[in-house]
Amino acid sequence: MKNRIVYYLLVIFFVFVFVIFYRGLNNSNLYTPNTNIKIVPEFTSETLLKKKSVDSKDIFNKEDYYLLNIWASWCIPCKDEHPFLVNLGNSKKIEIIGLNYKDNLNNAEKFINELGNPYSTILLDRDGTKAIEWGAFGVPETFLIYKNKIIKRYIGPLNSNLVNEINNYIK
Amino acid sequence: MIYSTLGYYSLIFGLIVSLPIFFFSIINFKNERILDNKIVSFSFIQLFLVVISFMGLVFSFVYSDFSNETVFNNSHSTKPLFYKISGTWGNHEGSLLLWLVVLTLFIFLFLIGSKGLLKKYRILTVLFHQIIIIGFFIFLIKFSSPFNFIFPTPYEGMGLNPILQDPALAIHPPILYLGYVGSSIIFSSVLAATTLNYISKNWAAHIKNWVLISWVFLTLGILLGSIWAYYELGWGGFWFWDPVENVSLMPWLALTTLLHCILILEKRSILSSWVIILSIATFTLSMCGTFLVRSGILNSVHTFANDPERGLFILTFLFILVLISLIVFFTFHKSENQNPNSFFLISKETSILINNWFMMYFLSVVLIGTLYPIFLDVISSQKISVGPPFYHKLIVPFLIPFLIFMAIGPQLKWIKAELQNKIHLVVIFIISLLISFLIFKNLEINFLVNTVLVGSAFYLFFITIRDFFLKKPNNIQQNIAHFGFSLLILSILFNNIFSSELITNLKVGESFKNDRFEIIFNNLKKSKEKNYISFKGNFSIRENEIKDELEPELRVYNQPNIITSEADIKTTFFMDKFITMNSVQNEEYFNIRYQVKPFMLWIWISVLLISLGGLISLFKKKV
Repeated sequence: MKNRIVYYLLVIFFVFVFVIFYRGLNNSNLYTPNTNIKIVPEFTSETLLKKKSVDSKDIFNKEDYYLLNIWASWCIPCKDEHPFLVNLGNSKKIEIIGLNYKDNLNNAEKFINELGNPYSTILLDRDGTKAIEWGAFGVPETFLIYKNKIIKRYIGPLNSNLVNEINNYIK
Repeated sequence: MIYSTLGYYSLIFGLIVSLPIFFFSIINFKNERILDNKIVSFSFIQLFLVVISFMGLVFSFVYSDFSNETVFNNSHSTKPLFYKISGTWGNHEGSLLLWLVVLTLFIFLFLIGSKGLLKKYRILTVLFHQIIIIGFFIFLIKFSSPFNFIFPTPYEGMGLNPILQDPALAIHPPILYLGYVGSSIIFSSVLAATTLNYISKNWAAHIKNWVLISWVFLTLGILLGSIWAYYELGWGGFWFWDPVENVSLMPWLALTTLLHCILILEKRSILSSWVIILSIATFTLSMCGTFLVRSGILNSVHTFANDPERGLFILTFLFILVLISLIVFFTFHKSENQNPNSFFLISKETSILINNWFMMYFLSVVLIGTLYPIFLDVISSQKISVGPPFYHKLIVPFLIPFLIFMAIGPQLKWIKAELQNKIHLVVIFIISLLISFLIFKNLEINFLVNTVLVGSAFYLFFITIRDFFLKKPNNIQQNIAHFGFSLLILSILFNNIFSSELITNLKVGESFKNDRFEIIFNNLKKSKEKNYISFKGNFSIRENEIKDELEPELRVYNQPNIITSEADIKTTFFMDKFITMNSVQNEEYFNIRYQVKPFMLWIWISVLLISLGGLISLFKKKV
């Protein structure tokens, strides 16, 4: 009797697995991350330099403009855009958050030490998953944030035109 | 053209031959006392036809007959001959044909090698096996024929994916298949034996050889794949918990457990339920692996074709087999009348049983990690991928007791052991922990877990070394395999902990220096090979006054037009120096990745030792 119950349970289980696999066959298995994200995703992250963990809610907490910049020391266009960020940071008009993407920590620190640090906080994204949550395409990429909403995104390095555009927003 | 036709028709005749095999088997099963030789002859004819069909495909590849769709899709006339041949099984259709070759080969060998056994059992095994063979025949002929014609004949083929053009990968599929398909014999045989209530010491001694054969091949197959991934994919790792790696690991875990259960069955006639369930599980997992890989339900480097119809066939076939085995198990299997005193707490079989449960745990972790994303996707449309941290967190802590039991088990006797004279076990354990403590004292890593883990691996290491000297060599195969396993765990751990890496972008002539290494990019040589253009970089690397020259390579293949990066690896006794370069888009910079990976060589050697244990056990019997 007990055997029989086990038998039926197993059959039901395998039928269930069959159905799942069958449905799975017809699903596409290509995952395309959502790139059209409007609201700042929630996350917690380690930080560079200060070596502590921070929560996204504590970073974008003021009702003000923020700039999130995704960068890496191995990314050559990041070097080009870095002076613009340093200038923006020096102007104190906007808080710039860095997201260090798939980087070696020593190289990243060296990068900051050599070229200056425009960031109030540098978040770490060692495996690249946080950038995916932001819907980023790659490095460098910059998001302009206001009231917890992404209002503008810049794919690729910033240049003087784009910086002027940002300056117009935050005036 | 002629070869394809020949191949196609021998495939169809091969399927037809199944009819007389069925016919004579059933007549023979009822009427006569000895096995009818016609069954053996027809099995041979079937094998012969399938081999002809396979050779037909091989020759179509060798002569670049692009009127054959499989050849057109996977070959190219400028490809070296060796890769033309290996291209035969480097694709979906050809690899399934190879699978069929091994299926028919193994049942023929089984018939020859099982002469002393019960006639009814042999016939029933053939019948169960024919069900599998017919399934594969139909699948090949109907859904994935390797002999489809294209008209008009194209002038040139599409080429084989360059990362598959590699000696290790050329022999990886056949070796792995011998392991996978070997488990099909175990499957049919266990179903036959259950039906006839023939599970006994005698049967265990006979099936043990088949378990060993598939286990050795499966181990070597996984090893080859791993080595290939290490030097070809350029990530510097050897195991990525990729779903397709997992589906080869799962049968391996089941088969390893089965091997140990068979040993107990042979010695003590207990654990027959374990043996039956594990035999069924091993084959089901192998088939499940085929399904997952071939149907394209998973995203992986191994996915060839994304064809739901094929997937559906394998899926249905798989579940028919599962259903048959469930029915057989529940109808015919009578659980052994276990004498309640037959299990003592301190005995060899208890420690094996404990580790079997650990193995089942590892198996479930891998199974859940592999299948959960599919389930979640179907049920809630969420896409997740399960990565190494999941497996590491769930498996690594449980390796500690596993290693300890693995060390202690062989020291105990069958049935009932005494705890006297076992002080050395404690002493060695303390010594191992001390050594591990000294290694980790000054390192800034997770101290406790690593110390205990490496300590237990050392424990197994020392105990097996001690056994080499002190014990009689009658159990040398087990000792070698366990020693290999301890070496494997130690090498993997040290490799993980002491690896270092440097990533930088360099132009020709530039150099990079940090506190440990200095890398100089000397020059870049361009040369033209048969089916690709090669860019070879020359790098000098200096570390603590030791200077090395390494030459990683970029290959631009002509057909298909793909760039691959070939790592240059300098292997020494204690460490590998591993360098890859990749082009940075539209820049004259190259992305350089340099890694120092200690004990790499020992990972490969230890897996070879593990399989050597199996081989010795296989051949010792026959002497």
